[in-house]
Amino acid sequence: MATLPDLAPALPEIFLACASMALLMIGVFRGDGSLRLVSWLTVASFIVTGFLLLQGPEGRAVTFNGLFVADSFGTFAKLLILIASSLAVILSVNYLEKERVARFEYPVLIALATLGMLAMVSANDLISLYVGLELQSLALYVIASFKRDVAKSTEAGLKYFVLGALSSGLLLYGASLVYGFAGTTSFDKLATVLAGAEGAPSVGVVIGMVFVAAGLAFKISAVPFHMWTPDVYEGAPTSVTAFFAVAPKVAAITLFIRVLVGPFGDLAVQWQQVIQFCAAASMIIGALGAIQQKNIKRLMAYSSIGHIGYALVGLSAGSVEGVRGVLIYMAIYLAMNVGVFAIILSMRQSGRAVEEIADLGGLSKTHPMLAFAMAVFMWSLAGVPPAAGFWGKWAVFLPAIQAGLYPLAIVGVIASGISCFYYLRVIKAMYFDDVTEPLDRPTPTAGFVVAGAALFVFPVYIFFLSPITSGAAAAAAALFGAR
Amino acid sequence: MEIAAIFLPLAGAFIAGFFGRLIGDRGAQIVTCAGVLIAAVLSVILFIKVGFGGPEAARTVELFTWIDSGTFEVSWSLRIDTLTAVMLVVVNVVSSMVHVYSVGYMSHDPHRARFMAYLSLFTFMMLMLVTADNLLQMFFGWEGVGVASYLLINFWYEKKSANDASMKAFLVNRVGDFGFALGIMAIYMIFGTVEFDGIFAQAASKADATFNFLGWEVHALTCACLLLFIGAMGKSAQLGLHTWLPDAMEGPTPVSALIHAATMVTAGVFMLARMSPVFEYAPTALEVVTYLGAATAFVAATIGLTQFDIKRVIAYSTMSQLGYMFFAIGVGAYPAAIFHLMTHAFFKALLFLGAGSVIHAMSDEQDMRNMGGIWKLIPGTYTMMWIGNLALAGIPFFAGFYSKDMILEVAYAKHSAAGSFAFWMGIAAAFMTAFYSWRLLIMTFHGKPRASEKVMAHVHESPAVMLVPLVVLSIGALFAGFVAYPWFVGHDMNAFWAGSIVMLTGEHGSIIEAAHHVPGWVPYAPLVAGVSGIVLAYVFYMFSPGLPGAFVNTFKALHAFVFRKYMFDELYDALFVRPAMKLGFGLWKGVDIGVIDGLGPDGAAAVTRRLSLASSRVQSGYVYHYAFVMVIGVVALTGWFILAR
Repeated sequence: MATLPDLAPALPEIFLACASMALLMIGVFRGDGSLRLVSWLTVASFIVTGFLLLQGPEGRAVTFNGLFVADSFGTFAKLLILIASSLAVILSVNYLEKERVARFEYPVLIALATLGMLAMVSANDLISLYVGLELQSLALYVIASFKRDVAKSTEAGLKYFVLGALSSGLLLYGASLVYGFAGTTSFDKLATVLAGAEGAPSVGVVIGMVFVAAGLAFKISAVPFHMWTPDVYEGAPTSVTAFFAVAPKVAAITLFIRVLVGPFGDLAVQWQQVIQFCAAASMIIGALGAIQQKNIKRLMAYSSIGHIGYALVGLSAGSVEGVRGVLIYMAIYLAMNVGVFAIILSMRQSGRAVEEIADLGGLSKTHPMLAFAMAVFMWSLAGVPPAAGFWGKWAVFLPAIQAGLYPLAIVGVIASGISCFYYLRVIKAMYFDDVTEPLDRPTPTAGFVVAGAALFVFPVYIFFLSPITSGAAAAAAALFGAR
Repeated sequence: MEIAAIFLPLAGAFIAGFFGRLIGDRGAQIVTCAGVLIAAVLSVILFIKVGFGGPEAARTVELFTWIDSGTFEVSWSLRIDTLTAVMLVVVNVVSSMVHVYSVGYMSHDPHRARFMAYLSLFTFMMLMLVTADNLLQMFFGWEGVGVASYLLINFWYEKKSANDASMKAFLVNRVGDFGFALGIMAIYMIFGTVEFDGIFAQAASKADATFNFLGWEVHALTCACLLLFIGAMGKSAQLGLHTWLPDAMEGPTPVSALIHAATMVTAGVFMLARMSPVFEYAPTALEVVTYLGAATAFVAATIGLTQFDIKRVIAYSTMSQLGYMFFAIGVGAYPAAIFHLMTHAFFKALLFLGAGSVIHAMSDEQDMRNMGGIWKLIPGTYTMMWIGNLALAGIPFFAGFYSKDMILEVAYAKHSAAGSFAFWMGIAAAFMTAFYSWRLLIMTFHGKPRASEKVMAHVHESPAVMLVPLVVLSIGALFAGFVAYPWFVGHDMNAFWAGSIVMLTGEHGSIIEAAHHVPGWVPYAPLVAGVSGIVLAYVFYMFSPGLPGAFVNTFKALHAFVFRKYMFDELYDALFVRPAMKLGFGLWKGVDIGVIDGLGPDGAAAVTRRLSLASSRVQSGYVYHYAFVMVIGVVALTGWFILAR
């Protein structure tokens, strides 16, 4: 007789799944006018999910026949994801209304995508990994083309879908290779098998791992799987871009870490080479590609490629400190990007959305506080002390140096130097260029988010360093402790 | 009291410099003049205490430790002995007179507060220099007066000639200062300290020390002393490093009087006298000093014969007199050098301020060819200039007579090749000194007026605020030599100096004593030379005005050579300035812009831009391109693993 699996570790996910169904029903019955209601209910259910997460069982819990794992590593990442998703929903409402695409499916899709991310992060088997990943991706494909009557948006959605399908293919092919050579898809068993193997690991497993890594690298838009990013960021509605830039990145990179450190922990020598290459290439392409950009969304796309590169530097160290660094980095990355996108979402001239860097000209004269906040974000993204971005870079570069990855660190420093150029160009536009046409007043919600994020980036982060750092440290330790 | 005497000028400079706008020009003048005048009175009191209080009156006031690093220890302290006390009086008295004089002279200048601040700053730096207890503090003062001098030469900064002159002064001094700095290092290497007491105590024991330089055995003290002398050459405008002094006359005349005649340029003489216990053990260095000093005295005097700018004539005369002081030191007669330094400070400051009074009267005209016939119009200034020139020419009972005669006598008494060279050069220079002094007097004050009527109508005697300092200085020029003779170089010499100057004694006692026993004709030689110079000047410029022209025509080439100042400027220009400019230009255009910028910032930026363009071009927008890149990426990564195995 089959016993019911222990549902307690998966309670937050189960709650969110039910909540999204309920939200969908509410939307369907109340019609298109219900965007605001559904949105706030979505945020509320995210908050409840987060609360359940914090109430969850202590330590590591495995359930669903080993397919699902709940540990403090996952909890840390899930909290970040929930925060990012909530803020994305909050910022979207006004934007969608102004763009006349105020449909209730939007928050529901975000809720489903978030559910997929939570499932991904908790995956303990290649199969559950794929299920979570696809749930997330399918929701994202849809919202990328949410402005379905605008060519650019549909193009973005389609590109993302086609390339995403390709990457899923790579991932599945890799998974099947791993299964074929190792005889299991469970992370725990894979770890034991690979640890027990004599001599060099079999080619099949290594190649399978490379394919899985390629599939995941697509999700975090690491070079050379980054090509979709600028086009999708530019084409998708800005509120979607804001969501894309943060939550899925956090989810994918945590999953990436879990897969590489967990089941493939004993192949560290092999995957470190892949990660180092991806990190270096991402940093360079992120820096170089952004220089030519005039559209601020494309600029942020390259910026996110570069930042993923920095985060991967921490991962490539392959140590507890490295993983801790990546988690800290992602937390700071979240704050910076939410803030910047809140400003980009507020960029309107007489009601019309604009997204060129030149449109920010003279912002310091028309909206001094907004310009100042943007300047803080740019300094932080560029990694100038004492802004938070600097500490994030510090947290990932230090383990890399300790691991002896000097060439990678040097590439990182050079790329940071180059990236300063385009971050500073935004500041230059705001402070030294003339006003072409003043921007509209931002909505109060956006104002709050910008102010909050800016304050977090500097100076609050400095004073609340220890909760984040210790949380990240505990999460990283939990991951390594499970091996 | 010592502290007040030294820091009052600094306080004045500080107040006038930073709060000049607040207290106004008048306030700045009062503050600085009061500071320096009080300092002058205090230093006279100090001088009496220390000079006549016996050896125990000398003291060192330690202010605080400056550097304490390992065995290297330097503190800020004020060393007050007779030598310092003499310098304190000279500096503070002349400086206070110049301060007062400047109130009148600069009355039309819009930046009076700044001027007074600079003057006071200079005075403070000079006082730091003379009260230094160690070489490092002396170097501080040394550089400080250099800066003040730079600021004051360039006081009229809108004049290009003033800019050039100040830069030249600074750069030429840099050469000397480099020598000085090396000298300090050499001293530290030899003695392990830069404190004077420590150095002097060990000087005798290091007399035979040598050190190895690039496999070349060098007598340590000679080397150190020569390096120090290079420093002195720069500051004191000795032949070779003198080119800045005449150009420095671009500054306001009070500056020329204070810095470029009375005080700063004598810093080199002071430094050598201060280091006398070391120099006494470096006879070779002293010989070099003698030759160079004598040559300077002669060369500068010849140039002085030919110049027409009233200030430049006096400037070359200053250089020539400094030459006297140096060869006095060279023959070991440090007290004679300091004696001449003191008298010279008074009469040369008097001459400069008198010249300033003339220039003031002539509506800023400096060329003597455009003067003449004004002696009745400005009788006060005329009298002062007479006194100054009489003192300079060494006419009996004026200050210069005692000191210059003493120097020439010691040079003769040295009985060495260098001494004789110096003696005869000195006699020739004395002759020329008298000649150009009276040439100046006659051209400026006598004959027919050569200035325009407008200028002549405007000629007026200077106000009292300018004349009173002249009178005070003229008292010095009249009596300083006569009164001070017994103490400086006479019977009471040893008690007076009380060990602040060291002279090794030969079989006949010190060189000064030997000078009292020279043949009977020697003391009269300079007098004869001086008087004949004056007579000849009268013949040339008053009784037979055609003679100078005829003379110049006869010796055209020689005159041109001397008139062009021995081509020193042209030589340096060709030898150093042009190559340095060429090198600098080459390094700038070729190395900096071409290589460093090209490979560095500009090159990196260009490469970045090109790479960035390339990376954007890859971003074509076609899905199949993107997919292709992804697949290639996977293939490359797997290929790498398979091949790397």
